[in-house]
This record gives sequence, C-alpha cells and structure tokens, in this order.
Amino acid sequence: MSAPKAQLEKLPRSMQFMLLLGALALAAFPFIPLTGGDFYLQMLSQMMILAIFAMSLDLLQGVTGMVSLGHAAYFGLAGYALAFLTPADMPISLWWALPVSALGAGLAALVIGFFVVRTHGIYFIMVTMAFAQMVFFLFFDNKALGGSDGVYVNFKPDATLFGWAGIDLENKTTFYYLTLLLLVGVYAFLRRLLFSPFGRVLAGIRVNEHRMRAVGYGTFGYKLAAFTLAGTLAGVAGFLWAAQTGYVNPELMGFHMSAHAIMMIILGGMGNFAGAIVGAFAFEYVMHFFKDLPYVGDFHLGKHWQLWMGLFIVAVVLVAPRGLLGLGERLLARKGDVK
Amino acid sequence: MSAAVLSAQQLTKRFGGLAAVNEVSVDLFRDRIHAVIGPNGAGKSTLTNLLSGDLPPTSGRITIGGVETAGRPAEMVSRLGLGRSYQKTNIFLPFSVWDNVRLAAQSRERHQPFNPLHWFTRASGLAAANARCERAIELAGLQHRAHTIAGTISHGEQRQLEIAMTLATEPTVLLLDEPLAGMGQAEAETMVALLQKLKKDHAMMLVEHDMDAVFALADQLTVMVNGQVIASGTPAEVRADEGVQAAYLGEEH
Repeated sequence: MSAPKAQLEKLPRSMQFMLLLGALALAAFPFIPLTGGDFYLQMLSQMMILAIFAMSLDLLQGVTGMVSLGHAAYFGLAGYALAFLTPADMPISLWWALPVSALGAGLAALVIGFFVVRTHGIYFIMVTMAFAQMVFFLFFDNKALGGSDGVYVNFKPDATLFGWAGIDLENKTTFYYLTLLLLVGVYAFLRRLLFSPFGRVLAGIRVNEHRMRAVGYGTFGYKLAAFTLAGTLAGVAGFLWAAQTGYVNPELMGFHMSAHAIMMIILGGMGNFAGAIVGAFAFEYVMHFFKDLPYVGDFHLGKHWQLWMGLFIVAVVLVAPRGLLGLGERLLARKGDVK
Repeated sequence: MSAAVLSAQQLTKRFGGLAAVNEVSVDLFRDRIHAVIGPNGAGKSTLTNLLSGDLPPTSGRITIGGVETAGRPAEMVSRLGLGRSYQKTNIFLPFSVWDNVRLAAQSRERHQPFNPLHWFTRASGLAAANARCERAIELAGLQHRAHTIAGTISHGEQRQLEIAMTLATEPTVLLLDEPLAGMGQAEAETMVALLQKLKKDHAMMLVEHDMDAVFALADQLTVMVNGQVIASGTPAEVRADEGVQAAYLGEEH
C-alpha cells in the first residue's frame, strides 16, 4: 500500500521563495506606475481579503478534514457587525471594531460549532450549511437587520492610533497595505499553528480521528477550537470586505460565498494555507477573465461564466488533484529542484 | 499477588437480541499475560472494545487502577492508563513513523485546545513527548524506520508501530488485539520477543489466534465461545479441559 501523497505541509524551498516573491510583488504594486490606479488596487485588496477567508476555511477543510459548507456565515456576520457598530454620524475606531467584529463571528462559530463538530463527513457538510442558511435568512427576512437589501457602512473605520491620524483607510493605498499586512499576519500565524501541538492534533484528527481518541485525545474540544478559530479569522476577512465595499448584504453569508471558498482551496491545494492564497487569487482572476468574455454572434460567453468556471475547476481537479501548488511541486520536482 | 490493575466483572454487551459478550469477568495483573482465545465471532474483539471504551457495555463493571471506567469514552480510558492496539492496523499512514509515535506521546501533555499559548509553541520541541516517543520506538525496535512514512513500511513493521504508539502513552494496561495477525514466521518471532519484554512493566491482555504464541506467552488463558467464557485458568489447565478440546482446540490440535 502506498502512502497518500503528502499535503505539502512543509513547503519546498523553491516554493517558499516564490511565495516571498509574490508577497514582495504585492508590496511593490502600488508603486508601479501605469497599473490602472485604484481599480486594480481595489481588485487586489479584494483578492487578498478572499485569500484570508480561504485560509480560515483551510484550517477546517485542509488541516482538520472538516469540509464546512457554511463558512461564509462568519464572514458575513463580522461584516454586519461593522455595519451596525458604525454610528450614523461618525466613523468607528478600527482598533476595537475589528477585534469585536472578528470575535463576534468567533462567538457565533463557537455556539454553532458546539452542535456541528459532533457530526462527521456528509452530515457535517449538511449541518454547517443548514446553520449558515439559518443565519442567511435571519438577515434576509428581517427588515431590522437590513433585509434582502443589506446595510451601508456609513464610514470607513478610523485608524487613528494614540492621536496619530497617519493611517487613513479612505485612502485606497493605505487600505491595500492594511489588507496585505493582515494577509501576511494571518498566514504566518496559521503556518506557526500548523506545527504547534494544537496543529498536529488537528492533522491527526484529519487522518484518523478514531485513533486519536484511542491514544487519549478528547477530539471534540480540538475540533470546536478549530471551528471557533476559523470563524474568527473568517470574521477578520468579512470585516475588511465590509470596510472596503462600504456595504453588506445577505449574499456575503450565502451559499455561493461558502462554496467559492471551498473551490479556492481545492484549486490552490489543501492543508498548507499557501494553496488557499494561490487558489483565491487564481479563482478571482479566472472568474473575472470568464466574466469578460465577449459575444460570439448573439451568444454572450461572459454571461455564462459559471459554466466555464465549472469546466475549469473540473479540469484542474483532473490535471492537478493536489491543486496548483501540488502541480507546481511536481513540475519543480521534475527539474530536480526539490530537496 | 497484588491487586488487579484492570478488573472487569460480569461484562455484558448486547446488540439487539444477541449477547456478543455475556457475563465475562477478567482480571489483569502486572507482569502477567492473560490470553483470550476463541473461534471467530466468539466476542473477543467486542470484549476488547468494551474494556478500551470504544463500546459502552450493556451491563457490568470495569475498574482501572480502582477507577470505574465502564461507559466512559475511549480517550478518558486511555488517560487512565489503558493502551490498546487494533486487530486491523490503525495508524496514521501519511505520517512518518516518528510523527505517528510522537503524536501518541504528545497526548500525555496538557490538553488545552483553547489556550492560545499552545498555538505558538513547536510540537517538535516538546522535550518530554520526544523522550517518550524515542523510548517507545526503541522498545518496539523501529529505530531504523523512524523517518519513513508509515504507509510504506512492511505489514510486520506496521504492527510494531501499532504497539509503539500504544507504548508512547505509557500505559499500565496493554490490550493487544491479534498483534501477530498476518505476520510471517520471522516477524512473529520478533513480536513474541517484544511482548515478552513488555510483560514485566504491564498488565497485558492478548487476543490471539496463533496458538503457538499463546501457549508460549500466556500465564493465564480464557476461552470464549459465543460470547461466553467456557474455561479459564493456566494454559495447562485449559489444555486439559475437555469442554475446550471439544469446542475449540480439538479442531486444530
């Protein structure tokens, strides 16, 4: 019996180097002239936000082996938290609105997780989706919570720190760097977590939960902690999304949002967080590409982007079962570059 | 003789109308190997699962080191000092041998999944767990395989790994469910030697089909048929038992 392919938990040197290059490119992007100004800056900010969201789900899906089809609920809840925390006439401080919104999403994940992490496999998928749908309709059907139209975030959060107003989030470039900083921070945190005693237990649960219990691990607590943490980090992403767009609606916690995150992780490669980032960027890029497809005669190719997207994902899964990162590793290995 | 490390009294497990284990009592002592034999379907594995907490008994009592454990979950039973191996190899196939055993050893560190401090330390730097891991791998004789992926080592080595993981939790009681299953002659001899070595520090229950190994190792023998104990005693006593010869041994000897 051959061992299942490793999940690239330990990234090869060459891949680490490329990720570093990618991060530097992102850091340098606002200084590159003729890149289209705010439009691309905002688009990249959005991709980075989705990358944080995808990483948070990867902690469950790729590391612990719990595929949640309701992860957008925590993303959306934090966005709504910002919308409702922001007063009508003035901005709210970033320094407490962000932690409160993220922890609020985490609290919701803790409560929902208490019920859902007892289930396994297909049941876990169904129950997480059911809870997310409940949250969705709680907002969708409730005028006081904005209803189907959603809620505006009246002001961008105010990042004044100890009287220093140097960070202005109205400035697209500043917001871009805040997002980049959080992307790198969340990635570094999760990589560290992956090799901590906690992270090793989560990986053990993915591979063989039964055996974990037999050697003395109360797996329920670990899964609940992972679910809560994932919800909190999804909240960080949701907060940024709401702050960037200045608007939240129930679609943020909808089924599509949850499903997209799953596809991003599959596209990039599971269980190492780098794949989630690569997947989020690739997914968004390809989606925009398909949406921009032209008319062929009377037929608008771009309007049917979901069809092309579906075919694309199927193709990637067939060609690269371990995602783009796994494919990259294979190509690098062929060049004798690994180890 | 000192008190039993594990004592099970009148254990019964019913699946619907079927009593898979019926009023079975077992006492396990340190430095003693208690073998349980019987034909397929006799209830040996169910008995193991009851003792380890994988299944709750329908009725009966189990104590480990004086603590009542019947109905408690497997992880709690494990932490009370019971280590078990599985009939079907039950390991972490994608992990290295070292990581398999290290994970088992780590289970004896403090459990605080919600404590953020535990999210930042390095698992590979837990000195006590590493020491337990190294000891267990050495004891099981797997040093040369420590950094090999568990899914790629031989069946016999996987059975040794199974035991190494159990040892890494430093149990007082060992339940070994067919440790020799599917092994060749040489591998079986290695395993028998290992079990002999482990005997002095553990109370051991051995479920096994290999009669040569059983009679070579066991101090005490329980014969089960259809969920019931039909004989119990020293190997010599059991061998002389006419009921056992008719029901079981006769077919093979």
